[in-house]
Amino acid sequence: MKLRTLVWREIFERKNQLGTSFLAILLGISVIVSIKNITYYSEKAVARELDALGANILILPKSASLQDYYSADLQQEVFPEEYVGRLTNSDLQGLDNLSPKLSMPVEVNGKQFTLTGILPKNEFQAKVAWQGAGIFARPEGCGTVVAVPGQAAEPTKETLSRKRVIETIGEAEILLGTDMATSLNVAEGDSVSLLGTSFTITAVLPQTGTIDDSRAFAHLHTVQRLAGQDSLLNAIEVVGCCNAISGGLVQKINKLLPDAKVVTISQIVDTQIKTNRMMSRLSLLFLVIIVLVGGASIANYMFANVFERRREIGTLMALGAGSGVVLRLFLLKALVLGVAGGLAGYVIGTIIAVVLGPRIAGVPVLPMPVLLLWAFGIGIAILLAASYFPARRAARLDPVSALQEV
Amino acid sequence: MLKMHSVTKSYNHRGKRVLALDDVTMEITPGDFVSIVGPSGSGKSTFLLMLGGMLRPAEGKVFVDGESLYDLNPEKRAALRKEKIGFVFQTFNLIPYLTALENVQIPLLLAGIDGDEQRAKAASLLERLGLGDRLDHKPSELSVGQQQRVALARMLANDPAVVLADEPTGNLDPDTGLAILTFFEEIHREGRTIVMVTHDHGAASRAARTLKLFEGKIVDG
Ligand SMILES: Nc1ncnc2c1ncn2[C@@H]1O[C@H](COP(=O)(O)OP(=O)(O)OP(=O)(O)O)[C@@H](O)[C@H]1O
Ligand SMILES: [Mg+2]
Repeated sequence: MKLRTLVWREIFERKNQLGTSFLAILLGISVIVSIKNITYYSEKAVARELDALGANILILPKSASLQDYYSADLQQEVFPEEYVGRLTNSDLQGLDNLSPKLSMPVEVNGKQFTLTGILPKNEFQAKVAWQGAGIFARPEGCGTVVAVPGQAAEPTKETLSRKRVIETIGEAEILLGTDMATSLNVAEGDSVSLLGTSFTITAVLPQTGTIDDSRAFAHLHTVQRLAGQDSLLNAIEVVGCCNAISGGLVQKINKLLPDAKVVTISQIVDTQIKTNRMMSRLSLLFLVIIVLVGGASIANYMFANVFERRREIGTLMALGAGSGVVLRLFLLKALVLGVAGGLAGYVIGTIIAVVLGPRIAGVPVLPMPVLLLWAFGIGIAILLAASYFPARRAARLDPVSALQEV
Repeated sequence: MLKMHSVTKSYNHRGKRVLALDDVTMEITPGDFVSIVGPSGSGKSTFLLMLGGMLRPAEGKVFVDGESLYDLNPEKRAALRKEKIGFVFQTFNLIPYLTALENVQIPLLLAGIDGDEQRAKAASLLERLGLGDRLDHKPSELSVGQQQRVALARMLANDPAVVLADEPTGNLDPDTGLAILTFFEEIHREGRTIVMVTHDHGAASRAARTLKLFEGKIVDG
């Protein structure tokens, strides 16, 4: 038997009394962990959206909602493909790239995926009467990186997953997101049948951590045919030059396409940044609350525990336990509870984050082991601090008065 | 060697002074078997706790093997209890959430003995007291007589030279009480010093020597 056996037994024997104060700490840690977890992925998503997206303007159907970028084109509403022509035939300056898209849900092995039709760049160039130099030129000072035709040395996969731009894609070719490839158990070069049509897999895209992982990209016209939505689009992604955007590009596009909704990515990202900021403040607030409320509640419980156990403490002292042993007995208990609270708080918080994260922040959330250290840190620190004075009181008890023998 | 020199102890009870021990001087030689008798409230428990280093006298000194107990700091006094003294309380004071075996292991744990040895030694002590089949029972799952025997096993665990017992037969039926007394005689023969408080004259007569307390004074012995 070790001192910790004693601690264990006592905790389990009287676990009911622990109830509320332990719950306060546990909930506090859970909330902090989940907020931190969600915020991290939300911030990462924002950073990725700002950094890695080829497009910085989205053209959507009027009724589309603006929850987040990645699902902005996954809505039912459509508009005519002819909009692309209107844009390219206009005299708008600063349009660096256009990418028309149509998405439809597909079910594979009982799981929902998205099939997105895109127009490869070569066809796009060939098809439209391209006006002047503007369109595929490298944007100036925008921070957006667009491959210049003829200079596109990057591998197809990387380009698509980072910028959603692809040079070529055949009518019977398909590119699969990692999750989808895993689910179908296929690799590059295999062929796959979707909605009765056979495709050759030209690439499996690298993991992005976004819903693009459960997306497949095929030729726009193929998808339009499969969806029965000929010459219709869900979205047009536009790379606009930043100077042009601040010069009113969005308003100009709006004027040109009065029946569409034109938004900048930063408009979408903006709400997310605001949410993130609020979440950080919330987690700080929660930290203060659990330190105060949880700490006070634990201290209160510990004082009661010492009082209730004074006979036991007296017995231990009579059997030769010095004050150091008694102090350790209570601090060890605090440590055990701190570790347990931290661990359980991490697990619960992570579950909350993974389940609710996509709904609250619109981003997929994965567990973050580093938050376990946080949870342990908070739990142990609060428990030890709150238990120090009760433990010291126990250690200083007079054995006889503790025993109540006389 | 246990020694008290002019020891006085009084309690303050609602402003009134209650004299529990009044100028007690006595000596108990090593290996002696002493019974302490006297009416209720005469100071027997107070006397025993003071001998055990649990209760500081208001005046006077208490010596164990020549060392003045209450001139030691509390840590040293605890260490001395751990090494030399075995206590049996009137109410046993078993730890309620530990099994019989674990209760007996406590003094061994405090002495820094490792787990396997703790268990072996505690089990053999409980077996000696006829509780070999009750090792995993908690105090609440034992009869009063069995609880008393667990307390006795725990008292013996650190192999104490001095055994201080407060009414070890008080709560027991005559047969069990007799068995406990036989046990005390047995451990007395092992060379331990025994000081036993009792109400029972039959029990007292088993001891080699009887000290009689009355209103805090030793009146006979
Ligand atoms: N904590 C206390 N506060 C006040 N008075 C006390 C306290 N403890 C004991 N006393 C008093 O001191 C006296 C001696 O008490 P003690 O317990 O030593 O008697 P005892 O001989 O063991 O009695 P019993 O046979 O009933 O156990 C009693 O009069 C008791 O009322
Ligand atoms: Mg008494």
